Amino acid sequence: MRYFDHMATCPVKKEVLDAMLPYFSEDFGNPMSLYPLGQKSKDALEEARAQVAALVGAKPQEIIFTASGAESNNTALRGLAYANRQKGTHIIVSKVEHHSILNPARILEKEGFAVTYLPVDKYGLVDPGFLEKAITKETTLISVIHASPEVGTIEPIKELAAIAKKHGVLFHTDAVASAGNIPVNVEGLGVNSLSLSAHEFYGPKGAAALYLKSGTRIVPLIYGGIQESGRRAGTENIPAIVGMGKAAELAAAAMAGNMERLAAFRDKLVKGATEKITSIYLTGHPERRLPGHASFCVEFIEGEAQLLMLAAKGIYAASGSACSSKALKASPVLLSMGVSSELAQGSVVFSMGEENTEEDVDYLLDEFPKLVNRLREISPYAKGWSGVKEKGACIPKN
Amino acid sequence: MSIRFVEGVKADLTADIVYMMCPMHLLKLQEMMRQVEPGQILEVLTDYDGALEDIPEWCAKTGNEFIGIEEAEDFYKFYIRKKEM
Repeated sequence: MRYFDHMATCPVKKEVLDAMLPYFSEDFGNPMSLYPLGQKSKDALEEARAQVAALVGAKPQEIIFTASGAESNNTALRGLAYANRQKGTHIIVSKVEHHSILNPARILEKEGFAVTYLPVDKYGLVDPGFLEKAITKETTLISVIHASPEVGTIEPIKELAAIAKKHGVLFHTDAVASAGNIPVNVEGLGVNSLSLSAHEFYGPKGAAALYLKSGTRIVPLIYGGIQESGRRAGTENIPAIVGMGKAAELAAAAMAGNMERLAAFRDKLVKGATEKITSIYLTGHPERRLPGHASFCVEFIEGEAQLLMLAAKGIYAASGSACSSKALKASPVLLSMGVSSELAQGSVVFSMGEENTEEDVDYLLDEFPKLVNRLREISPYAKGWSGVKEKGACIPKN
Repeated sequence: MSIRFVEGVKADLTADIVYMMCPMHLLKLQEMMRQVEPGQILEVLTDYDGALEDIPEWCAKTGNEFIGIEEAEDFYKFYIRKKEM
């Protein structure tokens, strides 16, 4: 198996699993319990909180554990919108947000909030000037994704958050695809809240976190007990949270080396694919992108067909955004970047992680062009296609 | 106990627990009370209705002085003076 789908999820590292195991059956106490067994879980919870806080440059008390990146995003968007409803009912989100931001935004619209969906350029970048123009006296919250899992583009969050701050507006960023993979520092970015998820950096599924800047009011999504300082009720998933803490620590230690190695793999993959395959376009920004992320649109063939053919060769990749590939429609992220709906059908996303080798990249570069050619031979869309178009063009035509 | 309304009390420390429910209002109150000196005033901001009964009663039980509340647009401000040792 050659795994090229790290934006979908990552395997749990052995050290992470080892750290988690005692908290299932031996040290199984509820951190709310006052006896030593409970306190052991409480200590583990607080250690993990400090580890996760360190990964993003936050204070431990600014970390709220949740069960998924989607829950963190929902909590931020709804919780901050409602906490500031007296001040205003306008929020701004970019058009390239994950569904866990876009869908709560649509629900907020139904509930009476006004939502502006910020356009992006052909690389998927949000223009700070556009953002500033979209802010009104009613605006209370802005949400822009840190890095796109679908096209790899890294947004200028620092500049965007500075504009929000200037206008007294809260700024949330979804850093699920970036945290653990590239440096993420809440102070440096200047954000009020930030989502991150363990399974994007070799931690377990079911553990995620929301950074919430000290002194920021938020309406909880889940009511009940006093877990997470009353901001997220429910007994904490201690084994998974311990795993998240360990994974955060390991991610921080390995980050610089991984980034350098994976950026080289990415560049090799982009160069090789665009040289070997005609009418293939890199999606997202050529430089401002995640290190292990190479995404393309391949003309005249469908993403799903590519994935099946790749899987037959033992290569696991994605099409569209990780969770919209089953939706059988053109990716809204690609469409908002100006990619035509026909071309967007041919989307394929390769995301590499630290266990990938250069040999994986070579294997992919050997198999991928062959299967694209085979699919094009049988593709009805390729009718009239001469097989020779502009070679190596990297940007989708607008 | 009847509720006393006050205006413009100057607090030494503020605990903002708006959108946090029972029993966070009492836990946070205890925690923040440890951070003020005897004679100083703690301000608690909360939108939790249960606090209207609980905070005055907590004051009566613990011997701290319940000064009163002020209504803000969508929450209450409670004022408590820490008892002298």
